[in-house]
Amino acid sequence: MSATPAVADSAALQAFNARRRWRRLFDYLGWSLTVAAFALLGGAMVWIVVVVFLRGASAITPKVITHITSGTGGGLLNAIQGTLVLAFGGILLAIPPGLAAGIYLSEFDHGRLAPAIRFFADVLVGVPSIVIGYFGYVTMVAGLGWNFSVAAGSIALAIISLPYICRTSEMALRQVPRSLREAGLALGAGDGKVIMGICVPAALPAILTGILLALAISVGETAPLLYTAGWSNYLWTGHLTKEPIGYLTYAIWSFITEPFSGAHALAYAAAFFVTFFVLVISVISRMVLDENTGWRRRRLR
Amino acid sequence: MTFRRITAGLASIVGVTLIVIVVFLVIYAWPAVRLNGWKFLYKNTWSLGRLYGNPITVHGQQIMPGAHYGILFLIAGTLLTTAIALLIAVPVGVGAAMFLAEGVPPLLRTWVSLFVELLAAIPSVVFGLWGYVVVIPFLGYRVFPFMVKWLGFIPFFSGPSGSGYGLLTCGFVLALMIVPLITATLRDALLGQAASLHEGALALGASRFEAQWGVLLPAVRRVLIGSSILATGRALGETMAVLMISGNAVNILPRNIYDTVSTMASFIVSQLDSALTDPTGMAVRSLAEVALVLCVISILVNSFARLLLYYAGQQGAGAP
Repeated sequence: MSATPAVADSAALQAFNARRRWRRLFDYLGWSLTVAAFALLGGAMVWIVVVVFLRGASAITPKVITHITSGTGGGLLNAIQGTLVLAFGGILLAIPPGLAAGIYLSEFDHGRLAPAIRFFADVLVGVPSIVIGYFGYVTMVAGLGWNFSVAAGSIALAIISLPYICRTSEMALRQVPRSLREAGLALGAGDGKVIMGICVPAALPAILTGILLALAISVGETAPLLYTAGWSNYLWTGHLTKEPIGYLTYAIWSFITEPFSGAHALAYAAAFFVTFFVLVISVISRMVLDENTGWRRRRLR
Repeated sequence: MTFRRITAGLASIVGVTLIVIVVFLVIYAWPAVRLNGWKFLYKNTWSLGRLYGNPITVHGQQIMPGAHYGILFLIAGTLLTTAIALLIAVPVGVGAAMFLAEGVPPLLRTWVSLFVELLAAIPSVVFGLWGYVVVIPFLGYRVFPFMVKWLGFIPFFSGPSGSGYGLLTCGFVLALMIVPLITATLRDALLGQAASLHEGALALGASRFEAQWGVLLPAVRRVLIGSSILATGRALGETMAVLMISGNAVNILPRNIYDTVSTMASFIVSQLDSALTDPTGMAVRSLAEVALVLCVISILVNSFARLLLYYAGQQGAGAP
C-alpha cells in the first residue's frame, strides 16, 4: 500500500524537476536573447559613432572651417553657413504655428478641432521627407519660380519641424499643474494672460527643448533640401529666392561617392559636425525632459 | 475668446499643411495620372523615350516617343526592403524593450536607454555613410558569400551574392533605423502597465522573464502592433540611406535577396535630374505621381497606426 504513493511521488517529482529544468532553460534563453537584441542596437550605435568620430576628427583641419568648397576639395564654410541659415530659418517659420498648435491642443482640448489637429500633426510626422521636398520643388521652386533657394529650403524644413514643435509643446504645457491656471484665473486674468504669462513661462524649458530637438532634426535632414535648396559652392549673399545654398548633409551624400580621398575627408568632416550637433542636443534634451532628474522635478514639484 | 481664436487659426496651419501637400501633388501629377492610368502600378518599365524626337500626343497628353512610366519594380523594392526591415526590427525591438523595462536596474535605465534612443537621432544620411563605407564591404565580402554557401538551399538565398549593395543590406540598415521607435514605445508601455499585473504573475510562481513574456507582453500587444506599423511607415519613406546602399536598380525585379533594388523614395532623388531633361515635362509629373503614391501609402499606414495607438492609450508614441 505504501509503495504506490512513493512511486507516484517520484514520478511527479521527476516531472516537476524536468519542468523546472525546462523553465530555467527558457528563462536563460529568453534573457540571453533580450541582451543580444540590445547588444545589437548598442553595438551598431557605438560602431556608427566611432566610425564617424574617428574618421571625422582626423579629417578636420583649420581649412575645413575657414574655406569654401572648390570642386570636391577646399573647406565646408559655405555648407556650415547654409545649414545654420536653413535650419534657423525653418525653425523661425515653424515656431508660431507649432507653438500655437501646442497651446491649443493642451489648453483647449475640448470640441472637435483639437483631436483633428493632433491627428494631422501625427500623420504629418509620418509623411516621408522626400515627399515634402518634392512638394516644395513642385510648388515653390518650379511653380512660383523661386528656383533653388533659402526660402524654399527653409519652408520645407519648417513643414518637417512643425509637428515636432507642436507635440513637444503640448506635452510640456500638459505638465504645468492645474492649480497654477486656476490661481491665475481666480485673480481675474483672462485665458490669454494665464496661458502666455503663466503656463508658457512655466513650461519654457521643455518647450525650448522641443524646439532644439526640431532644430537637430532640421540639421540632419537631406531629402527635403536636395530639390529645394540645391547646392552652392559659395557663401550665401542674402537673397531669399533664386540663389541656391550649400548644407552639410549634401556634402556627406555627394562627396563620399567621389573617387578622391580629399572629397572623402570633407564628407567625414561634415558627418562629424552633423552627428556631433545632433547627439549633443539629444543628450541635453533627455536630461531636461527626464522625469526623475529633469526640469519638471526642480521647477514644478 | 479672441486668444482662443488666434491660436486656433495658427494651429490650423498644421492640419492645412498636410491637405495642401496632397492637393498640390494631385494637381501637378494629374496629367501623368491621366496618361499612365492603372498601368503605372503594374508595368515594369520606366523610360523617358527618345528625347531628341518630336513629342507625340497620347490620351491628350504630349509625351516623347517611346516614353513609358511603370513603377512595379519600385513598389516591389519598397515593399521588400520594408518587409525585411520589419522581420529584423520587430523581434530585436521587442527583445531590447524587455531588456530595458525589466533587465536593467531602474537607476541605470535612463542611461542605458539612451543608446537606443540616440540611434533614432542619427540622421538618415549618416546611416547611409556608415552603410556605404562599413556595412556594404562587410556584408558583401564576408557575410553574403557564406550565406550563399550555407543557406543557398532556401529559395532566394542562393547566389550570386552580389557586391553588397541591395535588398538585404537595405533591410538591415533600415531595421536599425526603425527599431528605436518600436523599442522606446514598447518599453514605455511595459513600464506603464499596472504593477499588480507583474506582481500577480510573480505571486503565482512565474519567474521575472515568464511574467514579462507571458503576462506583460500580451497586455501591450496593441502598442506593439501600432508602433510596428508606425515603423513600417518610416521604412517605406526612408530616402537617403536607401539611396546610398540599394544600388538603385532600374526596371528590374530583384532575383534574390542580395540583388540591387530601388525604392519609391530613393528613385525620386536619383531620377529628378534626368527627368528634367524631358522637354514635355511628363517625366517630372510622373515622378510627382510616384511621390503622390508614396504620400498616400504613408498617410494610410500612419493614420491606421495612430488610431490603433490612441485606442491603446499611447498618445505620445513616436514623438522625439
